[in-house]
Amino acid sequence: MSLSKEQVQHIAALACLQLDEDEFDDIVAKLSSIVDFVDQLQQVPTDDVVPMAHPLDQVQRLRPDVVTETNERDAFQANAPAIQDGFYLVPKVIE
Amino acid sequence: MAGQQQALHTQSLAELAKGLSKGEFSSRELIETLLSRIEEHDRSLNAFISVTADQALAVADASDKARSKGEAGTLAGLPIVYKDIFCTKGVLTTCGSRILENFVSPYDATVVERLSSAGAVMLGKTNMDEFAMGSSSETSYFGPVRNPWDTARSPGGSSGGSAAAVAARLTPAGTGTDTGGSIRQPAALTNTVGLKPTYGRVSRYGMVAFASSLDQAGVITRTAEDAAMLLSVMAGFDERDSTSVDHPVPDYVSGLTVSLKELKIGVVRQHFDAGLNEQCAARVKDALNVLEQQGASLIEVDLPNLDLSVPTYYVVAPAECSSNLSRFDGVRFGYRADGAKDLLDLYCRSRGDGFGAEVKRRIMTGTYVLSAGYYDAYYLKAQKVRQLISQDFKNAFEKVDVIAGPTTPTPTFPLGEKTDDPITMYLNDIYTIGANLAGLPGISVPCGFVDDLPVGLQLVGPHFAEETILACAHQYQQLTDWHQRCPEAYQ
Amino acid sequence: MNSAWEVVIGLELHTQLATSSKIFSGASTAYGAEPNTQACLVDLGYPGVLPVLNAEVVRMACKFGLAINAKVASRCVFARKNYFYPDLPKGYQISQYELPIVYDGELMIKDDRGEDKRIGITRAHLEEDAGKSIHEGLNQSSGIDLNRAGTPLLEIVSEPDMRSAKEAVAFMRKIHSIVRYLEISDGNMQEGSFRCDANVSVRPHGQEKLGTRSELKNLNSFRFVEKAINFEIKRQINILEDGGEVAQETRLYDSDRDETRSMRSKEEANDYRYFPDPDLLPVVLDDAFIAEVKKTLPELPDAKQARFVEQYALKPSDAAILTVSRAVADYFEATVAEFKDNPKTAANWITGELSAALNRDGMEITDSKIAPADLAALLSRIQDGTISGKIAKEVFEAMWTGGGGANEIIETRGLRQITDSSAIEKIVDAVIAANPDQVKQYRAGKVKVLGFFVGQVMKETGGKANPGQVNEVLKRRLRKG
Repeated sequence: MSLSKEQVQHIAALACLQLDEDEFDDIVAKLSSIVDFVDQLQQVPTDDVVPMAHPLDQVQRLRPDVVTETNERDAFQANAPAIQDGFYLVPKVIE
Repeated sequence: MAGQQQALHTQSLAELAKGLSKGEFSSRELIETLLSRIEEHDRSLNAFISVTADQALAVADASDKARSKGEAGTLAGLPIVYKDIFCTKGVLTTCGSRILENFVSPYDATVVERLSSAGAVMLGKTNMDEFAMGSSSETSYFGPVRNPWDTARSPGGSSGGSAAAVAARLTPAGTGTDTGGSIRQPAALTNTVGLKPTYGRVSRYGMVAFASSLDQAGVITRTAEDAAMLLSVMAGFDERDSTSVDHPVPDYVSGLTVSLKELKIGVVRQHFDAGLNEQCAARVKDALNVLEQQGASLIEVDLPNLDLSVPTYYVVAPAECSSNLSRFDGVRFGYRADGAKDLLDLYCRSRGDGFGAEVKRRIMTGTYVLSAGYYDAYYLKAQKVRQLISQDFKNAFEKVDVIAGPTTPTPTFPLGEKTDDPITMYLNDIYTIGANLAGLPGISVPCGFVDDLPVGLQLVGPHFAEETILACAHQYQQLTDWHQRCPEAYQ
Repeated sequence: MNSAWEVVIGLELHTQLATSSKIFSGASTAYGAEPNTQACLVDLGYPGVLPVLNAEVVRMACKFGLAINAKVASRCVFARKNYFYPDLPKGYQISQYELPIVYDGELMIKDDRGEDKRIGITRAHLEEDAGKSIHEGLNQSSGIDLNRAGTPLLEIVSEPDMRSAKEAVAFMRKIHSIVRYLEISDGNMQEGSFRCDANVSVRPHGQEKLGTRSELKNLNSFRFVEKAINFEIKRQINILEDGGEVAQETRLYDSDRDETRSMRSKEEANDYRYFPDPDLLPVVLDDAFIAEVKKTLPELPDAKQARFVEQYALKPSDAAILTVSRAVADYFEATVAEFKDNPKTAANWITGELSAALNRDGMEITDSKIAPADLAALLSRIQDGTISGKIAKEVFEAMWTGGGGANEIIETRGLRQITDSSAIEKIVDAVIAANPDQVKQYRAGKVKVLGFFVGQVMKETGGKANPGQVNEVLKRRLRKG
């Protein structure tokens, strides 16, 4: 099942990925072939089969409510592209 | 014998550990040897993204000192390389991506912490498919890795850098990650041993996530014994990883010599079909015979849904990665596009420029299969098929103790050959993916050559049966010498 | 309200759970820290880090479920809600989707006619809070502070059972009271630990199909919730009566203008692509766990209110006021434990004088400058006639500002009530003698003038004469002659 250009544009928007014009057609083609490939799963009978989210039968462990982290802002912000007064900066957002 | 020691770069970790403890050489000597080999040979392989020479020598010196005081840890002074997907404090951690090109991690992954605490010396960070997405180590922003057996060919992926480095004797051991085969497949294609433990056996904390329910940290070495040594240190419960299993860690090394006499080895009917290169099939059958001669019995088993593992994986893994990679947005770390006019522009261009084509394809695939109207048909469906595939293994393990077969359908392929069609590339993982979907431990061990290119035998066990597959691989290596062969240019 | 239209309201309340550390990391949740000083690697969504669930968060959610008579899921799952926004570092929020921890609950409110009404609570689920952004003071940029990212939230979703803004506020107040009773949240709306979104729609009376709803956000006080909903109802009715259609959208409430405005929505076209978070495992709660939590349930507001009416013979409305806050209810009971004679008086003083003093000084009752035992002592002195009610207010002020017990202050300031009949008679006679005109007026039938005489006697006695006796003596004396 081929994907339309609009579908691919929509997916790219959801994923916040800018695609150049030259990559776009290639992506439409390759994604379509991938979707075609995985479509074969539709034929598999799976009534009454429980979806497997984790390979082992594990249960979530609970952690005690204790503060264990200290302030390491400087170390963590060393990788930040733009900071000021301790804030991470982004282009102005209008709400 | 006396005064004639085997060249340091050809020795296994176990041999080096003995040598160090006997004082035959110092860790500094060893590390210097390997660092100069890296400098000489890596240009032909591109296996490394970072080489941490100064740090390595400092740690080597420290371990020599500690050893002289009798305070050496189990891996003291022994070299290791880390796939560049493991966070290493103060050291560049790129995941083979432009988006993390300048990212210096402020913390160590648990795997790194444990190996360092035991005294291991980090030589550097190895090259890989970008964000572990690939089976050829060609999607790295830092250029492809080359196979030491034929530098025009791929070493496999995504842990190709670690595999190439071990195969070329630039290091005796390296860590890798395996989500669909990314440790076992490159090991098979480079004549090395690659171990993927049971899901949850080794902590994922600090290992940049690709597909959270499939990823596992493991090792690439030349011997199963070395893999056992490393696993003993790496494995174990970590409270920082919710998916980490609190299961006791045995001494994997002492378990290596367990008798294979009663062992039931499953041979999968579906493995030996048209998709498997005939000569590879022959090497694998020879290997199975060797094991049979040790008293193991070969029993045919079925994995009826084997063919579905690749499409299942290529729904589940992209879905999880599409979400895992959303944190790379140019806001708090990583690549940020210049002159963004608004927030959306910042996100879309930083990510559009920062991620390579394969990563973008997988994010898009994942976004698609999770999207409204498609979730049930794709993601939910794939999770159900995953259950079926796991059940196949459970059924097989009622009859046998391990499943053995080829690691890959063919030996390695030329760089650039499969990059045009993603599906062809994906089918490389047909034999390895099932173990990830079911969370099972698997190991690939060298079992011969086809047209002078290495072939691997894969052993897969039930959950927490690392001891069994390691023992099997180890004893196979006592009876064969494939793993001792080294590509001529790197001897 | 136009009776041709029926209003349908559902509320989504987000309450921050009062844990020490975050839901998935060990960073502190304390309010007011410098930007990004309480955001650890997990909160920042750094590569390679993983979430681990806080046990106290689970207990608190379970407690809430039990308090609203809901089912606590024996197995619940965390899901990722995927969208991009700078205050959401991972690009997804860890929340719960198909399998929430609590579902099928209810609580009772009083409807517009004062009758009991049941409001259903569809579910309550756990999720992590996002960070905060500031849009001023940073040149042409917005600034992101992730201290709040990862703070545990309990999202409480009601059935669309409310039919007026008043009912909505009553529901919200009830939930607010419960979460504070359970000590799972401080419910501080100014600090953002208790937030309300309202879904409002209208439909013609009798129509079963729901009208298009709009979602109101940014409602951070009970008052604003009521005003915003009322504005929205009128707005929607106007549109529909003009033959138009209500747009399904998110609207912000502007309290300065008292109107709702369409938000340039970040979420309009969003497909959240929910799926179970693979870094977290299903949370399994067995009966033993739930039983342990049940043991920690305090007496809840409704039960306490009913008991107060029964045990202390209070009016339901008085009992209701006293039980809105557990701290106030506890204070009342501590007072009444020492002052058993007249709970009604205690209630009056707590909701009256004490409340006024606390408001004036911006304090919570737990910081009250007068302890329950001391208030009890004061009330006892009124009860036994040592002082009058009026003088008691003076004593109260003195206790509040200067400290010290009631008895001390009464003695030191000589505030004992004058109850000696002959002393009162003497003063009454003097006042009567000094005001012949008023005496004439009174005897002529102007009964109200009695108040003047009482006032004069009080003036003479510095307010200390027993008012009852003064009245009685005055009447007697004025009758004569």
